[in-house]
Amino acid sequence: MSALRQLSRHAVLLGLSLLVVAPFAWMITTSLKSADKVNTGPYLVPHQFEWGNYPQALSAAPFGHYYVNSVVMTAGIVAGHLVLDTLAAYALARLRFPGRNVVFLGLVATMLVPTFLTVLPAFDLVIRFGWFNSYTALIVPRLADVFGIVVIRGYLLSLPRELDEAARIDGANRMQVLVRVLLPLCKPALASTAVFSFLFAWNDFLWPLLVTSDDQYRTIQLGLAAFTSKYAPYPQYLMAGTVVAAVPAIVVFVYLQRSLVRGLAATGVKE
Amino acid sequence: MLTAVACLAPALVVIGLFVVYPLVATGLLSLTDWDGISPDKPFVGLDNYRKLAGDADFRNSMVVTLLYGVGVSVLSVVTGLGAAALLNKAIRGRAVYRTAFFLPVVTSSIAAAAVWKYLFGASGPVNAGLSAVGLGAPNWLGDPHLALLCLTLLTVWKQLGLNTVLYLTAMQTIPTSVYEAAALDGAGPFQTMRRITFPLLAPMTFFVVVQALVATFQGFDLVYQLTSGGPLGGTEVVGFLVYRTAFVTGQFGYGATIAYAGFALVFGLTWVQWRLGGRAEA
Repeated sequence: MSALRQLSRHAVLLGLSLLVVAPFAWMITTSLKSADKVNTGPYLVPHQFEWGNYPQALSAAPFGHYYVNSVVMTAGIVAGHLVLDTLAAYALARLRFPGRNVVFLGLVATMLVPTFLTVLPAFDLVIRFGWFNSYTALIVPRLADVFGIVVIRGYLLSLPRELDEAARIDGANRMQVLVRVLLPLCKPALASTAVFSFLFAWNDFLWPLLVTSDDQYRTIQLGLAAFTSKYAPYPQYLMAGTVVAAVPAIVVFVYLQRSLVRGLAATGVKE
Repeated sequence: MLTAVACLAPALVVIGLFVVYPLVATGLLSLTDWDGISPDKPFVGLDNYRKLAGDADFRNSMVVTLLYGVGVSVLSVVTGLGAAALLNKAIRGRAVYRTAFFLPVVTSSIAAAAVWKYLFGASGPVNAGLSAVGLGAPNWLGDPHLALLCLTLLTVWKQLGLNTVLYLTAMQTIPTSVYEAAALDGAGPFQTMRRITFPLLAPMTFFVVVQALVATFQGFDLVYQLTSGGPLGGTEVVGFLVYRTAFVTGQFGYGATIAYAGFALVFGLTWVQWRLGGRAEA
């Protein structure tokens, strides 16, 4: 009975997983098909290996350049989040000042603000600052992040204050306490923040679409969207491009999924 | 005190400049008919709001957003809860299943929608499968209702892993003694789910529903790539209409009005619905 139940559970999970993964299987299979086979089965298991589709797709648009832009933007956003969020989280977890809880609650409230209630004036600011078509426009406005502050603050609160006090007695100043004592212990929280920021930045679409118009600064997601409308009749090239755009996020996820899930659990628990 | 200010300043300046100020400024913009370029922003009072009342595009986007929001919320709760219930046991290969469910979450919306556009294309694999078993070949993305259905399924598919992990986290906080007591009283698996698991997970369900509503309200990337709001406005959610009004037709002031009014209406309705629903259950 129990074995039967176990088996049926696996059957349902397996069916559901196949359904979820099928679009990925189709994407990879199609990216390796020849032009005359794209609309015929088998759809989900590669049976042809036209590796030439990849160089063909990548040379059809400045994908190399889009890629570099995405890497620069993502690196800037991840680094910026780590620095800004750590500093803010430290102040909110360890320093005493009037209105500390109000500031924290105010920050959490901004997490609920939908993009479309802020995007028009934010775009206007970018224009007025003269940032349109620049890495600054892609990175600086996107450093507004509360998720990382919540995760790192939560982690800092779980570390005993005696650690700070012992280091202070040994003559360390506040920044030394943060950098030398607390941060090494916060690695899991920093990793969660970094993974979330990476996924947020790499996959972002609307903001880069608005603040850039020049191929010089367009990211891989924008390039892929433009490529889709231009190469609609050639699914094999289009899917080769899609694989290339999607792979970094999937690789990061597969390697760092424990950090990701832990980060989710950390925010879930506060609910 | 000085250290605290120095530590908080960078984050607060960026958030103040690019979230808090714009939130207020959008409200002020909604009272102008600014085109997004010219230096002056002509004040028009409540004219934009009056215009909104008779705007068929806005009414359409509200209906689309509500249908999309309700569809995604209900299906997200059902699939997330179901998948979590299946995984919330000592089961072999749990991590593999969880990874599979999570893949769409980490894939960019642009890439995901590019794939779905072909899967549901007129001569795509979905229709090849359907016609092979004699179910015909519907024009998924050419019909307004079917396109919205596709968009809804795509969104649910993309969020499934996230909802599963959220529900799994919540389920792990339910003490096993509760289930032991239920088993002693002879409750079957479905009764346990209905009478114990689901009520105890109500806060997480609330969170999942709010997430789904926010995601559908500001849905943009998936719509842009899958249908561009079409056909015939069938998938034009409020977020996409704001984008089109402000950035395509150059009506920044009116775009701001749509954003504010759309938000107030969608979340006002959600709140009323939640209060009525909560009272009916109590």
